[in-house]
Amino acid sequence: MDLLRIATAGSVDDGKSTLIGRLLYDSKALDDDVLLAVEDASRRHHGDYVNLALVTDGLRAEREQGVTIDVAYRYFSTPNRKFILADTPGHVQYTRNMVTGASTAEAVLIMIDVRNGVVEQSRRHAVIASLLGIDRMVVCVNKMDLVGYDEGAYEAVRSSFIPLMRRLDVDDATFIPMSALNGDNVVEPSANMPWYKGDPLLAHLESLPAREGLDSLPLRMPVQYVVRPHREEYHDYRGYAGSVASGVLRVGQRVRIMPSGAESVITAIEAPWGAVDEARSPDAVTVQIADDIDVTRGEMLCEADGGPSMAQEFDAVVCWMDERTALRPGSVYRIKHTTRSAKAVVTDLVSLFSITSLTGEPDADMLSLNEIGQVKLRVSAPLAIDDYTSNRVTGSFILIDEGTNSTVAAGMIGEPGFAFSVPAG
Amino acid sequence: MTTTELERLDVQGLVDLDDSSESWHLRALEAEAIHIIREVVAEFDRPGLLFSGGKDSAVLLHLAVKALRPANLPFPVVHIDTGHNFPEAIAFRDRVVERLGLDLVVGSVDEAIASGFIPTPPSPSYSRNRMQTPVLLETIRRGKFTAVFGGARRDEERSRAKERVYSVRDEFGQWDPRNQRPELWDLYNGSIGFGQHMRVFPLSNWTELDIWRYIAEENIDLPEIYYAHQREVFEQDGMLMALSPVMQPQRGEPVVVRSVRFRTVGDMTSTAAVESDAATPEAVIAETLTTRISERGATRADDRTAEAAMEDRKREGYF
Repeated sequence: MDLLRIATAGSVDDGKSTLIGRLLYDSKALDDDVLLAVEDASRRHHGDYVNLALVTDGLRAEREQGVTIDVAYRYFSTPNRKFILADTPGHVQYTRNMVTGASTAEAVLIMIDVRNGVVEQSRRHAVIASLLGIDRMVVCVNKMDLVGYDEGAYEAVRSSFIPLMRRLDVDDATFIPMSALNGDNVVEPSANMPWYKGDPLLAHLESLPAREGLDSLPLRMPVQYVVRPHREEYHDYRGYAGSVASGVLRVGQRVRIMPSGAESVITAIEAPWGAVDEARSPDAVTVQIADDIDVTRGEMLCEADGGPSMAQEFDAVVCWMDERTALRPGSVYRIKHTTRSAKAVVTDLVSLFSITSLTGEPDADMLSLNEIGQVKLRVSAPLAIDDYTSNRVTGSFILIDEGTNSTVAAGMIGEPGFAFSVPAG
Repeated sequence: MTTTELERLDVQGLVDLDDSSESWHLRALEAEAIHIIREVVAEFDRPGLLFSGGKDSAVLLHLAVKALRPANLPFPVVHIDTGHNFPEAIAFRDRVVERLGLDLVVGSVDEAIASGFIPTPPSPSYSRNRMQTPVLLETIRRGKFTAVFGGARRDEERSRAKERVYSVRDEFGQWDPRNQRPELWDLYNGSIGFGQHMRVFPLSNWTELDIWRYIAEENIDLPEIYYAHQREVFEQDGMLMALSPVMQPQRGEPVVVRSVRFRTVGDMTSTAAVESDAATPEAVIAETLTTRISERGATRADDRTAEAAMEDRKREGYF
């Protein structure tokens, strides 16, 4: 059994919660007592239909307001795959929570109500998912039962969404016409839409490749912790513990340790299940090296050739997540990048992105809550970086406000994977 | 999913435990948990691990040992002894502490009552579920713990489904669900202010079934009451409660001997048994695959009191 992390975005109105409820129930991840409690609560909260949103809206405030505020994580399995589903809110005021849920996802489900077509919210979800490097999108064209399962209505939505997919350079977009309420094309193929030749949603999710391509990237292993057992039998032992972010780590391999640039050879790799000859993402390992070099947390094991860039100034796409303050040029934060922390100053706000029009505003003077833009940063110590579009681990960072300890921004190093144009006029 | 597919799932779950390709998802969950544990040990000056003697904390401790070996665990395990624990859970705690040579910090509800720190309960069998929260917070304060690991899983309950891996508690130990920090990629923000502490949940993404599959694969020791055994029980509000000094039939319910096991192990006053013949992890997995009653719904009287019972207790600082 493997593992696929997916995110959904949307609101109750799109039928997202109904879809999740059905996926959970049909794959036996929703138990009878939970369903009974939901039926009971539906009667008290809303009236006469079973509101599956009450399964996923876990907080009292969400149930009272009938709106998803924060990410909920849900789990279901098929014989070959475990799914971790981050169910994220759709409203623009909770964009930061969507970014939280989508940051770890390998695929995203985008909900569209066939009657409304592609609305601003669906576009925003697609753009944010794409910025986060999720290049597998499943567009669920929902509520087909309300348009008589009409192929023309589905095609109209599909053809109006395709230009955006092209614009975002999405490799793998799949459209599925469905009725989450009636179960058409969710788990079982729909008898009502014989014109649709593709897989139902669950079969499609099972067929998506998981964690592709990380092995073929250059080796990156940030050191998290130095293991030094204070026992006689391990007198000279020093183990470097960390998770392999990309590439393959092998015993006998020559590695370069960044940022010091020192080189050594891997002599032993300990995985959670014992000594191994090689390790790959996402293995959490402890390695030993041949030379007596002082390696500390925050350094990174890389291959001797093809190391990351060492940079103290770089461009990044930033999503601002703090409601109390705004990002402005000159602001200073703490940056956490892999296992390394430093100070960072914003030297320039290059562009404020309009997520709906895909344009960039060059003259903006700040980024407020939920706004996304391109900035230039200077950091107090050089970081071993890659572009986010080539490596999500070594290309990502967070900014922390040292006054409040809040996580105020999510950052992706380099340019976005697609261009934001300058607005006309 | 059709019935046939469900049956296929059952069979698959049973036969393929030893095939490593079948347990790839467990390896991914294990790696994630170890990564989180190492981040905490690297960034916090005084971590502790909440160890209840239940299966989730047994798995958590097993992962912590793996994350840091061959070094010894560089932090203590913390147990909140409610005075209503199953004796088997306490015996298990002591045997694990002995085997691994751990430091054990105990916060005792009985002592807190005796010293007047919390009010004397109205009866010996009165639920100590809420009383343990002030004792837990005082134990964290006295031990100067800046981060405490917990074995909570998001699949247990819907307010837990919303909680971050790193969950900030204010100086009163409270969780503020409306104001959680964004948590991005695997970049955890361990910054806290004075008086605050962090609760950290490395098993967030594990389900009950993942826990059992991992216990089976790794041969993790558990209190024996997780497996089927003969026990004196009586039925109360549709749940099978174990007969004990603090749990006696109140309305003349008949006491019977049944083959039971516990799906969760909390206090004797609030944890119910399920009828079962499952005597091995594999048999428990088979039962878990076919039950349609959730873990907490089946066995925890403490979660049945209100629609938002868990959210309310968590806000106060509960586990």
